Amino acid sequence: MGELWDAFVKALHLIVTLDREVMDATRVSLSIAAISCAATALLCLPLGSLIHFRRFPGKRFLISTIQTLYSLPTVTVGLLIFVIFSQAGPLGGLGIFLTPTAMVLGQVILIAPVMLGLIISALSGVDKAVSETATSLGASRFQAALITIREARFAIMASVVMGFGRAFAEVGVANMVGGNFAGYTRTLTTDMMLQTQMGNTELAMALGIILILIALVINVVLNRLQQR
Amino acid sequence: MPLIEATSLGQEYDGRYVLKGIDLRINKGEAFALIGPTGAGKTTLLRLLDLLDTPASGQVFFDGVDVTRSGHRRLEARRRMSYVQQKPAVFTMDVYGNIACGLKWRHEKKEVIRRKVDSVLELVGMADYKNRDARTLSGGETQRVAIARALVTEPEVLILDEPTANLDPVSASKIEAVLEKIIAEQKTTLIMATHDMPQGQRLAGKIGVLINGQLLQVGNPNDVFCSPQSKEVAEFVGVENILAGIIVEKDDSLATIDINGNTIQAVSDCAVGEKVHVCARPEDITFALTREAGSARNVFEGSISKMIAVGPLARIELDCGFPLLGVLTTRSAQELQLTIGRRVYASFKATAVHVIKRRS
Repeated sequence: MGELWDAFVKALHLIVTLDREVMDATRVSLSIAAISCAATALLCLPLGSLIHFRRFPGKRFLISTIQTLYSLPTVTVGLLIFVIFSQAGPLGGLGIFLTPTAMVLGQVILIAPVMLGLIISALSGVDKAVSETATSLGASRFQAALITIREARFAIMASVVMGFGRAFAEVGVANMVGGNFAGYTRTLTTDMMLQTQMGNTELAMALGIILILIALVINVVLNRLQQR
Repeated sequence: MPLIEATSLGQEYDGRYVLKGIDLRINKGEAFALIGPTGAGKTTLLRLLDLLDTPASGQVFFDGVDVTRSGHRRLEARRRMSYVQQKPAVFTMDVYGNIACGLKWRHEKKEVIRRKVDSVLELVGMADYKNRDARTLSGGETQRVAIARALVTEPEVLILDEPTANLDPVSASKIEAVLEKIIAEQKTTLIMATHDMPQGQRLAGKIGVLINGQLLQVGNPNDVFCSPQSKEVAEFVGVENILAGIIVEKDDSLATIDINGNTIQAVSDCAVGEKVHVCARPEDITFALTREAGSARNVFEGSISKMIAVGPLARIELDCGFPLLGVLTTRSAQELQLTIGRRVYASFKATAVHVIKRRS
């Protein structure tokens, strides 16, 4: 117990003194998760709207498939990126393997089903009367869709925050396709795994505390949004 | 040329017809009320007229243009109309934002939007609510915002679905006052669905009776309420004495109708031998303890089978070979010492009777 307490105190010290390794891992984690999240949101909002507002055969099946992919294992995505973008892969020539770009790509694949599914749910949750009222007041189909999206904005934002949380906390993709290079592709989670394996419990705990604190902030934001 | 015309309009849901063969012409500036019981298809018809739904059959013309299916023409026509739903949905924004939406969608300038929204807020008496979150308004206030939102675009046609349903009497009268103002001050064509018959009578110059998805009668309020063309319409507009009979004698326009061995005299253009329904409103029946020599051609003796007090009125059901319902003031009932089982005379004039040809 004493050892654990010592590790906790050391962890706080590393955070307060803005330890370079801790700060680098935090910066890489936040930036890669933020870029992945923004890219996924830009992709999923129009796609989710299209799926929600359009009628087409197989729509139900498509939504069920998207929902099934919520629990897509991170290592599966990592493997997929590896197969495609590693030197021997069909797109190996692009040279993005073991770079933040590959990590972003992997995280986009990982969080897209979650964000897409939640955006579709958010739009389905808006009273149909909103879109009908807009139409009856002279809105075009596009304008009526926009007001529906506006009505669902808090739930949509919650889905984005949720996606950010999943990207920020994942370790499988980052480890498999990033290579865990310090200051470049080393994230809080991959660094934490490395430090634990190396026996640097204090550093691993410091990273863990930061991870939990940021997760807490995400959760608070999520709760606030869900209450709107 | 009518502003809105529906020809043979029909709608079906899950293979079941909810509207059938609707032919309707609404002229510019007209105030038209669609009345009918709950589930008659009023909302369905309004949604078709507002071009929110596509009909299963028939056509809708707006200002002479067929707008039944063409997407572009429908948007153009819809932008000349506004529809207030029975339970209006407000957008998650303030009252001003809600009302400004329609103008923004028409790409109006900000100054124009501000001026028009302020003006319409004054009209509906909601100027002080401009910055309120629309979701926090009461039912009556929401309805007024919905009407303001519909009016701000200065529509040629304002369509209202049960504008005062589920509202308290004070809120309902405020909405009615707004509508009366719109009818009086503006040149807006008003189409309104209501199950509140007196409201339809008060606000509209023309009434359509929709029952079981069919438009059974269209006419001015007096025609619809006093001269219903079918038993269904008569029942809906509050004619409570509807008796099946057959015309046995005719003297000019005065017909003698046999009702299960009793005869009623009425003014009618039906011929001898025709099967008819005889309609008499309870308020046209008078009661007396003795057979009085009056102008009423129809006098029946019977015993009171039922008495129900309704506010200041008493509803009396008399068994005189056929059931006859009448109303009189509670005070009159007390003065006549009317009680269940008491024998009285009920009388009504031949001109108070409306005769409808029976379909079978």
